[in-house]
Amino acid sequence: MPIFDLFFLEAVLNGLLFGGVLALLALGLNLVFGVIDVVWICYAELMMVGMYTVYFMYAVYKLPLVVAFAAGILVVALLGVLLHVLVIRPVLNSEPINQLLVTGGVLFFLQAAATLAFGVQFRNLGLSLPSLQLGEIYLPYSRIFAALTAFVAMTLLYLFLRKTFLGTAIRAISQDRAIMPLMGVNPARIYIVTSAIGGGLAGLGACLLVLQYDVHPAIGLSFGPITFLICVLGGLGNMVGGFVAAFIFAQLISVGGFFFHIEWGYVMAFLFFIVMMFIRPQGLLAKRA
Amino acid sequence: MRTTPWILLALLALFPWIGLGNYPLHLAIMILVWSFVYTSWSLMGRFGLVSFGHGAFLGIGAYTVTMLWNHFGITPWIGMVIGVALAVVVAVLIGYPCFRFRITGHYFALVTLALAEIARLIIVALRDQSGGSLGVTPNTALAGGQSYSLYALQFARKEVWFYVMLGCWLAALWVWRGVDRSMARYAMEAISQEEDAAASVGVNVTRTKLMITVLSAAMTAFGGVLYGQYQLYVNPDTVSGIGISLQIVFAVIAGGMFVQLGPTVGALFTLLLAEGLRVGIGHDVHGLDTFVYGALLVLFIIYMPAGILGKLSERWRRRASAPPPAPAQLRG
Repeated sequence: MPIFDLFFLEAVLNGLLFGGVLALLALGLNLVFGVIDVVWICYAELMMVGMYTVYFMYAVYKLPLVVAFAAGILVVALLGVLLHVLVIRPVLNSEPINQLLVTGGVLFFLQAAATLAFGVQFRNLGLSLPSLQLGEIYLPYSRIFAALTAFVAMTLLYLFLRKTFLGTAIRAISQDRAIMPLMGVNPARIYIVTSAIGGGLAGLGACLLVLQYDVHPAIGLSFGPITFLICVLGGLGNMVGGFVAAFIFAQLISVGGFFFHIEWGYVMAFLFFIVMMFIRPQGLLAKRA
Repeated sequence: MRTTPWILLALLALFPWIGLGNYPLHLAIMILVWSFVYTSWSLMGRFGLVSFGHGAFLGIGAYTVTMLWNHFGITPWIGMVIGVALAVVVAVLIGYPCFRFRITGHYFALVTLALAEIARLIIVALRDQSGGSLGVTPNTALAGGQSYSLYALQFARKEVWFYVMLGCWLAALWVWRGVDRSMARYAMEAISQEEDAAASVGVNVTRTKLMITVLSAAMTAFGGVLYGQYQLYVNPDTVSGIGISLQIVFAVIAGGMFVQLGPTVGALFTLLLAEGLRVGIGHDVHGLDTFVYGALLVLFIIYMPAGILGKLSERWRRRASAPPPAPAQLRG
């Protein structure tokens, strides 16, 4: 059955491209968790704000797409800083579960704010990119562009964390937050920078997603749960683990959706997550204790 | 014997007869059914087992009963037993490995979150049977103009539902009190503070946690049955998935999860807030209630983590235990 194999291959390739975007989303959340030790439950809602920003800049105010993207990234980066200063900082020393819950409150807040401001209708950029044809296989350019950008961004972030002083300070804080103040690193400043980068990554994710999906106030719920699960599956704070987990998840969804219905792809991915939590609770790449 | 609670209860029981009409009665019923669900959740939540997956149990209860009734004509009385049993099985399947492998804190929250989403996705994916995202209505047994059908567990009169919900809510409070006075409570408190230490003094950590989880899941599934039978409409987003699961958690936190009536106050507060805004501002402004609600939640968790009732009862207790004012002659 050659046709069968071809469609199967298409599902695998699409899964690979989807994995790139998921990996980027997971990266931002992992960075924030690794450094500040707080899970942003509202991460995907920040992304939703970014998607609306790009939409309004491009489709309503008719600015060039590049400007709209830059605005999207900046707005969400700023939102990340605001989230940290207004919401996370007051609960930094309270129980971890309260930190998780407080960002859940922000989730409701942002979702409802978007509903109030923009209504519940679906909006898209009205921009249709062609598909790349490889023999019988069609791959949308929007997905290829998204995956490539995600890879470039991840490489840049890696270089930033490895090669610059600020990046080294960020990594050091995530390893020992008690000692770093003694080494002349101001944790409060590092937290702000990290929140800005985490927000910026969510903003970049928003730019890539808005090319492929319609934006509406509840879009966060389609990407939020899956992003946390990827981070937890990879081991919260473990960026390489998150990267691997993103591709596994994307394949399960894409290939599972190919054989059955797309919801079953998600069900398979989530079941895989639960089972893996029992086998490797510390994350895919963790050494067994 | 304290009489005040009984007097209040008697007054509450008179509520349907003071002539407020259908809408306040409907609100009262909704507050009672959600109080039931929230109280069930708080059985776990108060011991640090923060579950984001109670939407799954709610959905299992509501959908099992409705599906069995619509497709096989099985009475909800049997359906609810099957639904609750299914919820118990799922709770054990998730709970046992979680507790055995020490998945706690926000890892536990996220595992249960995955569970809630799985339940929602399965309901949507089985759209040919379940009606998918559009939801489903149980076939009516009241087509011939009867006012009730005990066999179908359908009642046309809201007064009947009010008393059913009132009874269930009291039962939930009674269960809460039972847990509060049991040995399991001390075991759970020890576990929530330091699992290893609790295990070292002979607490069976896995079994105690599992017991509480199963109890909470079974009651939540039953709450799902009540909700579905009263509303005569269930929808995957209102009874399962991440949205409703978070709503349960937040309402309880707003009310206060460490006091018996905290979840009830949470239900009262969130429903009255939503309805108040809806009636006050208008039906066409979507999202306003969630907007205020979300902002309040953030403020609650930052400034009042014990919740409304938790904070109040703390204050009462402090006032009650404050030293009596000094006699007048000693002053000056």
